[in-house]
Amino acid sequence: MNVVVCVKQVPDTSDPDVEVHIDSSGKGVDESKFSFVINDADNYAVEEAILLKEKHEGEVTVVNIGPEAANQVVRMALAKGGDQAIRLDDERFAFSDITATARLLASAIGDLEFDIVMTGCIASDDGYSAVGVTLAQMLDLPHAAMVKSVEVIGDNKLKVGRELEGGLLEMLEIETPCVLTIQTGINEPRYASFKGIRAASKKEIKVMDLEATGLSEDQVGEAGSTAVMVEYSVPVVGELAEILEGDAAETSVKLSGILKEKGLV
Amino acid sequence: MHDIFVLAEHREGELREVTLEILTLAGQLAEQSGGKVTAVLLGSGIDEYAGKCASFADRVLVVDDPMYKDYNSAAYQQALVELIKAEKPHLVLIGNTGQGVDLAPSLAVELDVPYTSDVVSVTLEGDKPVATRQYYGGKIDGRIEFKDADVYVLAIREASTPAGEGGKSGEIQKIDNPVTTEVTVRKFLEYVEAAIGEVDITQSTMLVSVGRGIRDEKNMPIMEELAEAMGADLSASRAVVDAGWLPTDRQVGISGKTVSPKLYLAVGISGAFQHVTGIKGADVVVAINKDPDAPIFQYADYGIVDDLLKVVPALTEKIKEMKG
Ligand SMILES: Cc1cc2nc3c(=O)[nH]c(=O)nc-3n(C[C@H](O)[C@H](O)[C@H](O)COP(=O)(O)OP(=O)(O)OC[C@H]3O[C@@H](n4cnc5c(N)ncnc54)[C@H](O)[C@@H]3O)c2cc1C
Ligand SMILES: Nc1ncnc2c1ncn2[C@@H]1O[C@H](COP(=O)(O)O)[C@@H](O)[C@H]1O
Repeated sequence: MNVVVCVKQVPDTSDPDVEVHIDSSGKGVDESKFSFVINDADNYAVEEAILLKEKHEGEVTVVNIGPEAANQVVRMALAKGGDQAIRLDDERFAFSDITATARLLASAIGDLEFDIVMTGCIASDDGYSAVGVTLAQMLDLPHAAMVKSVEVIGDNKLKVGRELEGGLLEMLEIETPCVLTIQTGINEPRYASFKGIRAASKKEIKVMDLEATGLSEDQVGEAGSTAVMVEYSVPVVGELAEILEGDAAETSVKLSGILKEKGLV
Repeated sequence: MHDIFVLAEHREGELREVTLEILTLAGQLAEQSGGKVTAVLLGSGIDEYAGKCASFADRVLVVDDPMYKDYNSAAYQQALVELIKAEKPHLVLIGNTGQGVDLAPSLAVELDVPYTSDVVSVTLEGDKPVATRQYYGGKIDGRIEFKDADVYVLAIREASTPAGEGGKSGEIQKIDNPVTTEVTVRKFLEYVEAAIGEVDITQSTMLVSVGRGIRDEKNMPIMEELAEAMGADLSASRAVVDAGWLPTDRQVGISGKTVSPKLYLAVGISGAFQHVTGIKGADVVVAINKDPDAPIFQYADYGIVDDLLKVVPALTEKIKEMKG
């Protein structure tokens, strides 16, 4: 069972000190103070790929579109059990939309031998939840999105559970090769071992620029995009909460007072 | 020319509310462009839904076939490709739901038309749609412009447009199934309901809810102590449930539970859309978060901008004191 897993490097938006400021171009953000991490859902996708490999043999290939700094998340996926990696890196890939991103991934994955391609179901920065399913159609493969369980039930058949609203699971059968977009919580991602980290430093990360992808300049980046994010803005928000000021001793007195007044404690 | 297709969504014997929301949005856009709104209904034994859709649309296109009884992306996509090619609507609107995100992206690729997702508002500029969507967990808005095309596919966020009153009486048009060969690459099996746990948070009158801001499982006891002092039940964001620090049945939000307590105290929760849709029914919402820009403060009545590791123990003490 060969699995390809797509991993994106994203800013850690759960960090309260990560402020998101629009830069002077209006269509980027100031990344200088970001700490970068693997996208949450992709972390689960990596684990699921490695679990399948451990159970059914085969190889795991990690694919990323990102700058050299993204090697950090790629190496971590290799340290956990990935076998090799491809990183697509070229200035001309900047501002790629859903379509151009998926097209780039397809250019790297199309020639590989695989049974399953896994992506995360959503990237925490752009929140498209679309790249995986777009990629599937470009590779002309069946797909299932928001996958919360995977079971191999035949030579070229999987039983998967898709998570729907309210936690309802839709169980379905799907033929391989296929593309699955993995939802968080499907497994318990492992930590990389020291041995794994050492081994990973020797594994190959193949870097592909535009020429290596075989795509043309007008198929990638903004030129290759059909739904382009042209301008960021600060959201217009309605009324904000009444903020209770002071240190913890003061705010806890204020809040407990309010709760008492409202008959809540 | 300016016609709008809306894919109706139904599941387990119910037409989903998101359908009426998007039909309402489509109605507003059509008024501006002079087009007509068509609800596209794929299913089996769906006359009742057709009637409901008709009061929000100018026309309901019904394909009634066992093939569509339960949702299957492969079958749905083939049918939609045929219908869209035949009818050439200008806009195709689909819910950004568990169903929609599984269907709309590949549909757009097969049609070779522009697509964007999780749209919170759409306007028409001239002939073309312009979409607004959120980035970085709701901290930034982005404006999406499309390259020229005959058709645009947009997935619309649930609850972004409230459903209107309806009051139209669209024509219901039954058509033959445009898909003639059986779909085999993907097969629906069954639905499995989420497990029910020991505490039913949908019935709780007080909820203390914990998010990723708690950082470590070893900090969880301070939340348990606060909940106990307040006489509240403990609930959580998805991040905490995914980490395995609380069971799935404690999860609040779109893929968890919808709650309606008198008090919802959100601690270390950023306020992602998928979370806050689950707390619409709460009377009083209080948020404790270190980040003054956290979206949760847009939904809260009261807020404390501080480290939860400081505020939570202090609050627990005060409440214990007050209760004597
Ligand atoms: C299809 C789908 C369905 C989903 N369904 C749900 C759902 O049902 N429920 C749900 O909750 N989510 C759901 N999500 C996930 C959702 O998008 C968010 O990722 C999730 O809600 C984030 O959880 P959080 O707020 O706990 O974590 P984060 O977004 O990481 O926020 C952590 C917060 O803690 C704050 N913080 C950090 N340290 C401290 C400190 N010391 N003191 C105080 N504050 C601190 C930070 O400022 C930040 O605001 C879903 C996502 C998808 C794609
Ligand atoms: N730059 C990238 N590099 C590798 N994978 C990506 C990239 N962008 C998106 N993906 C994959 O597509 C998934 C969904 O992203 P999105 O559709 O942008 O929400 C992510 O979880 C990744 O698995």
